[in-house]
Amino acid sequence: MTPATTFVGSPVSRVDGPAKVTGAAVYAADFDIPHLAHASIVQARVPAGRIAAIDTRAAEAAPGVLAVMTHETTRRLPWHPRDPRPGVDPKAGERLHVLQDDVVRYDGQPVALVVAQSEEQARAAADLVRVDYAPTAARTRFDVAYARAPSEATAKAGRPGDTSRGDPEGAFAQAPVRVDVPFVQPREQHAAIEPHATIAAWDEDGRLTLWDKSQWVDNVRTEIAHVFGLAEDRIRVISPFVGGAFGSGLRTWPHVTLAALAAERVGRPVRLALTRRQLFTNTGFRPHTESRVRLGAFPDGRLTAILHEATGQTSTYEEYAETTLTPARQLYACPNVATRYRLLDMNVNTPSPMRGPGAATGELFLETAMDELAHALGMNPLELRRANLAKTDPDSGKPWSSNALAACWDQAAARFGWADRPRTDEARRAGRERIGSGMASAFYPAHRAKARARVTLYANGGAMIQAATSDMGPGTYTALSQVAADALGLPLEQVRVEIGDSALPPAPAHGGSITMATLGNAVANACAALRETLGADGEGDLTPALRRSGRDSAAAEGASSPGKEAQEYESAAFGAVFAEVRVDPELGTVRVARLVGGYDVGRVVNPKLARSQCIGGMVQGIGMALSEEAVFDRHCGRVMNANLSDYLVPVCADVGALEAFFVESDDRVFNPLGVKGLAEIALCGVAAAIVNAVYDATGLRMREVPVTPERIVTAQAARGR
Amino acid sequence: MQPFAYRKIHDVAAAIAQGAGEPNTVFLAGGTDLVQLLQDGIARPAGIVDISDLPFSSIATTIDGMRIGALAKLADVADHPQVRAHYPALATALGETASPMVRNMATTGGNLLQRTRCLYFRDGVSSCNKREPGSGCGALRGEDARAALFGASEACVATHASDLAVALLALDAEVLVAGPAGERSIPVERLHTLPGDTPWIDSDLEPGELISAIFVPRGAAGWAQAYAKLRHRASFEWPLVSAAVSLAVVDGMIEDARVALGGVAHKPWRAEDVETLLIGRELDPVLAREAGEAATEGARPLAGNAAKIPLLARVVSRALADAGGLP
Ligand SMILES: Cc1cc2nc3c(=O)[nH]c(=O)nc-3n(C[C@H](O)[C@H](O)[C@H](O)COP(=O)(O)OP(=O)(O)OC[C@H]3O[C@@H](n4cnc5c(N)ncnc54)[C@H](O)[C@@H]3O)c2cc1C
Ligand code: SF4
Repeated sequence: MTPATTFVGSPVSRVDGPAKVTGAAVYAADFDIPHLAHASIVQARVPAGRIAAIDTRAAEAAPGVLAVMTHETTRRLPWHPRDPRPGVDPKAGERLHVLQDDVVRYDGQPVALVVAQSEEQARAAADLVRVDYAPTAARTRFDVAYARAPSEATAKAGRPGDTSRGDPEGAFAQAPVRVDVPFVQPREQHAAIEPHATIAAWDEDGRLTLWDKSQWVDNVRTEIAHVFGLAEDRIRVISPFVGGAFGSGLRTWPHVTLAALAAERVGRPVRLALTRRQLFTNTGFRPHTESRVRLGAFPDGRLTAILHEATGQTSTYEEYAETTLTPARQLYACPNVATRYRLLDMNVNTPSPMRGPGAATGELFLETAMDELAHALGMNPLELRRANLAKTDPDSGKPWSSNALAACWDQAAARFGWADRPRTDEARRAGRERIGSGMASAFYPAHRAKARARVTLYANGGAMIQAATSDMGPGTYTALSQVAADALGLPLEQVRVEIGDSALPPAPAHGGSITMATLGNAVANACAALRETLGADGEGDLTPALRRSGRDSAAAEGASSPGKEAQEYESAAFGAVFAEVRVDPELGTVRVARLVGGYDVGRVVNPKLARSQCIGGMVQGIGMALSEEAVFDRHCGRVMNANLSDYLVPVCADVGALEAFFVESDDRVFNPLGVKGLAEIALCGVAAAIVNAVYDATGLRMREVPVTPERIVTAQAARGR
Repeated sequence: MQPFAYRKIHDVAAAIAQGAGEPNTVFLAGGTDLVQLLQDGIARPAGIVDISDLPFSSIATTIDGMRIGALAKLADVADHPQVRAHYPALATALGETASPMVRNMATTGGNLLQRTRCLYFRDGVSSCNKREPGSGCGALRGEDARAALFGASEACVATHASDLAVALLALDAEVLVAGPAGERSIPVERLHTLPGDTPWIDSDLEPGELISAIFVPRGAAGWAQAYAKLRHRASFEWPLVSAAVSLAVVDGMIEDARVALGGVAHKPWRAEDVETLLIGRELDPVLAREAGEAATEGARPLAGNAAKIPLLARVVSRALADAGGLP
């Protein structure tokens, strides 16, 4: 039976909030480990080539230096293949074997590591390492002419090169109304506030402890076990708090290996904290992607053809591919759909998932094209969406486990005042500015994975929940506390949650919006198991039953994994985003005055944190639309703006009024808790809604983000102003 | 970061002596730029003389204008009632500089002497003649979207980043300098240099010379002024292009004018042709537009920064419109 819900669904404050605002929360780099030494990376300064010579004498002689490690002086590690590969790793190619050979694959690659008594000494000495390169030809220019189809392994993982259903080309050719829209989305960086850092410590028995910024401690353990050829039980990974990650903490990056190597070399614990600049090339990024969307429709708006092609960049050593074209296949009902995905190998570090990977990009392309189609049809963009609601998943034909997209459209439109938006030139004028309104749909597939959780109940009425999951900010600590408090019949304050430690019951990656649907159910199941163990049924406080049993404490584990619903249904979170912008057409500046987002995310465990998640996504969407772009030099293959004064994330002044709300939804088909997942969806559709609003304000079709003053004036000039 | 000797000096003469006497010694004021440059290994001084305790932080009205100490914090200048009342271009330029946090730390002298934001200079490793003479200019053949339109050379196409300097140029301000050879004053127009074939030199100051104050003449106080700044974010960013204007308007007629441009040259750029065009005319939207176009006369774009030209024209028109109360 379903337990009563006192806390699930209520807007309780973050349980980890006090620790965070008082500084009690300890992040990876902050662990106070005795005898700590510090490491600093020396980065390659050519995009491709070989290390011809490396002179470490000056660095070795520098004050405080304990060791300088290069490919010549670092032991060879086994780097065992992962089989199967973890979901967060590219499906083809091979991970960077750092300090194992003389090959330079991208500018910024670690080519040496200096370990010293202090961080400052390590950095100063790192500057003294002289590296001579024998450069080779590099691909540093994004040129689709060199793109290739993804490998079979990538295709099997939901990123196929070519798909087709119906007769897309034929239908497009015969469509009464057509649009053909190219679009460019540049490389974007996660830019979380906490830089990645790792502390590595080996004990006398050769056991390794890693304090690491990670969204997936279990995978750090497995990966490092494979890299070093160690048994997994020799490694423990600890990561209780994550200061934002947006996907950058999903993979185990080379600096984790470097930290462990350095600690081994100097026989002391070593901390390796990446600098802000190094983050750009030693973790991942959202790949530069270029797209072409062709849409064909009947005069009543019904889609008859969707043809979506996209090319994304990847590195020369790994094949990172995204689900950019999934929205084209699933978001709208359309009988004739073709997608073509290509990859361009470049001399860059490997990209990685960044909030809304694939979907945020694909929906930027698709939803701006839908707006162009609406105008070609002379149709209200909202009506065009309504005319194409997918009542079942158009790709698989399976039913949705739940789909409240129509409610998202209706309610968000009503709250935004879409029907009353300014529609004449006169009404759009506000002094020097022009008001524009735009909208987009949002869609992100929902999945679950396998996880376990442990609950321990104490006779004093306290309870402990443990699982190796993570909380990079969305509120895992809080939401799991809420689920447990309800299931155990306890006040919220009496539940403690312990996560971010590989010694705890296994959990999947804290990413892909799966955490609540996965862990939430594992926690509920653990609590139910405990109830059964104690012979208590029903609801209410479980502690009396424990006391009756005469024990001080009792524990139980619960598991959760996808069931047959995963075969029988398609599941996804949905949303609708409406944007109002103010454009100063003289200066080409765009300001977002208002965003309204309505979301179908299944049951909302905590409306307060859910809102916070959504407005965070909106802010990131503002950045995607208006300011964020990694500037990449096409000659030297270098990210030029690898710092936060030049890589422009939005500041408060860029953010207007944000409103996020949730439509009635409870997906008990997808999982017993009824949640669908709420993380990626918050970014989806935001940039498209803003770009569409810019069109409404100015009549300019901006087909490259970010929409900057330079791009606005260039578009004005192309149009003849 | 390389080791350096740090000294805090409380006496002006001693600071000058240290700055002039010891090779590779730099002054530290608020540190908001210098510390970044140290951390990134761009500035590698042997010695640092901390001047933050020198008596240069007062802001005072005199009979002939205003004297703003070189160590006055940007926030204090921006909020100063006299500045707000008489030099709105200055108040606006400072109000749009950096963020409140930075403005509470940063000084006016340091602002004028901040180094360029050129990405190749700032990354500490790319080819850059300014940072490493003779290594080439990465921006010239690379990502040049923010490069100069005026007065650049083959050796360097960087721009000066200061908002304050642009406003001061339009107000005909001077910097007061104390150095080994005594005191002198330099018009803001001549404080900064063009890159030529010595791009590593940014200013006219000699080793050991300290800026003690900025002097803004009384003349500008009654003029119609404005500062307009364009950037990608709404705040917390240096100018892509900017313009400061100061107009003496009598009975609707522009009797005298000063126009300065930001983000377009290695120094704040005075647009004398625009001034000439404005003088003797009545300010209206047509003239504002015409003046904007005139401001771009002689601009020499590179491959990737041509869009700055129309933006410059419009930011000048906007500054004029703001100064003249036009819509
Ligand atoms: C994040 C950020 C954003 C910014 N945005 C803007 C912006 O939008 N617009 C803008 O104009 N600026 C901006 N700035 C620059 C900022 O205004 C300057 O860094 C600041 O004004 C420098 O002053 P300081 O006192 O900190 O100088 P310091 O960093 O201490 O010194 C800078 C330089 O000036 C020299 N110096 C300082 N004082 C004197 C003196 N009295 N005599 C001789 N030499 C001296 C130092 O030797 C050093 O070379 C920004 C800075 C940051 C960090
Ligand atoms: S423009 Fe000047 S500062 Fe920039 S790279 Fe060239 S020389 Fe260096």
